Parts: sequence; structure tokens; C-alpha cells
Amino acid sequence: MFVTAALAASETATHGDAAAHGADAAHGGGGVFPPFDPTYFPSQLFWLFLSFGLFYLFMSRVVLPRIGEILETRRDRIAHDIDEAATMKAEADAALAAYEQSLAQARANASDIGSKARDQAKAEAEAERQRVEGELAGRLAGAEKRIGEIKAKALSNLDSIAEDTAGAILGRLYGGKIAKADIAAAVKAARGN
Amino acid sequence: MANDPIHQFQIKELVEIPLGGLNLSFTNSSLFMVATVVTASAFLFLSTSGRGLIPSRMQSVSELAYEFIAGMLRDAAGSGGMKFFPFVFSLFMFILVANLFGMFPYFFTVNSHLIVTFALAMMVILTVIGYGFYKHGLGFLGLFAPHGVPVALMPLVVPIEIISFLSRPISLSVRLFANMMAGHTALKVFAGFVSSMTAAGAVSTVGAILPLAMTVAIIGLEFLVAFLQAYVFAVLTCMYLNDAVHPHH
Repeated sequence: MFVTAALAASETATHGDAAAHGADAAHGGGGVFPPFDPTYFPSQLFWLFLSFGLFYLFMSRVVLPRIGEILETRRDRIAHDIDEAATMKAEADAALAAYEQSLAQARANASDIGSKARDQAKAEAEAERQRVEGELAGRLAGAEKRIGEIKAKALSNLDSIAEDTAGAILGRLYGGKIAKADIAAAVKAARGN
Repeated sequence: MANDPIHQFQIKELVEIPLGGLNLSFTNSSLFMVATVVTASAFLFLSTSGRGLIPSRMQSVSELAYEFIAGMLRDAAGSGGMKFFPFVFSLFMFILVANLFGMFPYFFTVNSHLIVTFALAMMVILTVIGYGFYKHGLGFLGLFAPHGVPVALMPLVVPIEIISFLSRPISLSVRLFANMMAGHTALKVFAGFVSSMTAAGAVSTVGAILPLAMTVAIIGLEFLVAFLQAYVFAVLTCMYLNDAVHPHH
């Protein structure tokens, strides 16, 4: 630094330009390294305090509150949006849960209805089967009864056939008439053993 | 004269304002202080005038600066230090914009004068001292007696702490001043080589490529330094303010 100051002094001395400079000549500071020249200290301090003071006031009163407000607004907005997103997510979750619940209920209902329908169909089929079986049994019974009747009738006809046949056979064998009552008694006796 | 690397630091009176024996003239230094303040204010004001929920590019820059300094101060001094946020922010923006202004050719670099950086540093230190005594009374002096130091060592530690405290405004101001002044001097020296070698003849004109490359490199470096010094000044301010907020470290 002293070297540069000395350099400056020698430069100004040789060139003489700086010495001829109005301000330097007026204040006799021609050989002084300008940053250390006290001539303009009051001026520099005065203008520094004036300009920096106004700058400080403008920053603290106008600019910084404004930027702070912008950032605050943004932070609030982001927080608000995040809250809103969380609320919407909760709503969506609730809707999903409700949907799943109703789906489960619908499934339960469907299986209920299915099993009911199955039971009903089974019961109907069973009833139909029983009815058909009953009918068949009735018809069977009727048929058996008729067979029995026919059989009984056939059996009752058998006596007269036997009597007629026996009468005819005896008539041919003996040639005479045999009392019908005797033949009937004989047939009855033969059937009885 | 054109090659004099010191010439760029010369102060020129633009409007003479003698005030009771004090020379308060409006100089080129004053002009660039005002230009710095007006530019920074206008940028921050206009870029945020949209108050966009989704920031424009310019608004993002302002918001970035805001959050950068706010984060820096909160990390260093806690939420108790946030009342100094406008001060630290103003300091950072003022130094940064003034340094960047200095990167324009023929522009004056406000922070290349020790009195300016010293005044800025004294603002910081007086704020620390004033707020420290206002808030903690004599308890602020606990700053000079660190906890956990044996009483026998106190006579040694306390003067060291006091000296380190008193050297803060000096280191703070000299760091910024010396960086700006030295960088701009080096830049001017190498740029001066380019013009004088070009003037000397065809052969040395080819050789002038070397200082030209150096000049380009230093310009890049100076942009870094312009930002870095504003950052360093703001960080140290935050740490010193932390002492005022929490003197018992």
C-alpha cells in the first residue's frame, strides 16, 4: 500500500497532470494517494450518510415490508393449498370408503338375493317333485286298485267258468244232466283246499 | 495519465457545496453513491411492484436477495437479530451495487476509499455497542469475559477480547477497501500494459495478448470479489450483531 502510495506520488510528480488538477491544486493534496486524501472526507461522509440513510429508510419502510408481505402471502397460500389438498384427500378417502362399503353391501345383498332365489327355486322344485310324486303315487294306487278289481272280477268269473266247464265236461262224460248246485259245491270244495 | 492506475480513485468536484468551512461538494464519489442508491432502490421497488404470487424473474432476484440476507442474519444472530434485518440488507445491497457499478469502465468505485468503508464499519460497530448497552446494560461487557475461562486467565483474556473487538471496524473496513482498491489497480495496470504495448509496435501488439488475457481474467475475478466482499461484510455484520443480541457466548 505504501508502495502504491509512493508510486502515485512519483507518478503525479512526473506527469504533473494530477497536480494541475483543480481540486488537488486548491487543497494542496497533489501528492497524496487519493483514497487517503482527507480533503474530501467530509464530503464523502456527508453524501454517504445522506444516500445510505435514505436507502435504509426506503428499504425498511417500503421495499422490505413489501417483499416480506409477498413471501408471507405466498407461504400462507401454499399452506392453505396444502390444507385444502389434505381436506380434499380426506374427502376422497371418505368417498372411497363409502363406495367400498356400499360395494360390499351390494355384494352381500346380491349373494343374499342369489341364495334366496336358489332356496326358493329349490323349494319350488321340491314341491313340484312331491306333487308329481304324489300324483304318480295316486295314479299308481288307482292303477293297482283297478288291477285288484279286475283281478277280483276275474277271480269271481273263474267260479262260473269252472262250473260251466265242469258242467260241460261232465255232460259229455255222463250224458245226463247234473244239478248245477252240485257242480258249484264241488268247484267250491275243490277251490277250498 | 491514461495509464495511471491511481487516477481512477481521484475525486472530482462536480458541484461545489462549501458549508461553514466544510467541503460537502457533490463529487464523482457522491454521484456514484446516489446512483447506487437510486439503482438498487429502483430495482427492488419496480421488480416487486407486481407483488406476484408467482414471481417474475426480476421479482425472484429481489426475493432471493431478501431470503439470502434474512437467512444469513437468522442463522448468525437468531430471531432476536431480525430487527437489524433492514440495516444488514441495506448494507449488503449498497456495497454490492456500488462494487458492481465500479466494474463499469470510467465509473467510480465508492468502496475504494477507506473513509467510506470505515464509515460503514463504524455504523455496524456503533450499532452493536449502542444496542448491546441498551439491551443488556453493563451485562454487555460480559462479551469480554468468555464463559469457561479460568479466573486466573481473565487478566490475559479480557484485554485480548477488547483488542479483538476494537480491531473489528478496522479489519471490516480495510478488507473491503483493500480488495476493491487493489483489484481495480491491478485491472488498470494490466489494461494499461495492453494499450502501451499496442502503441509500441507490431511485435509488442502480439505480445499484448498476454496482459489482455490477464485483464479479462481479472475482470472475472473482480466480479467475484465485488459479490464476495459484500457477502463477507454482511456475514461479519451479522456475527457482530449476534454479540449485541447475545453477549454471553
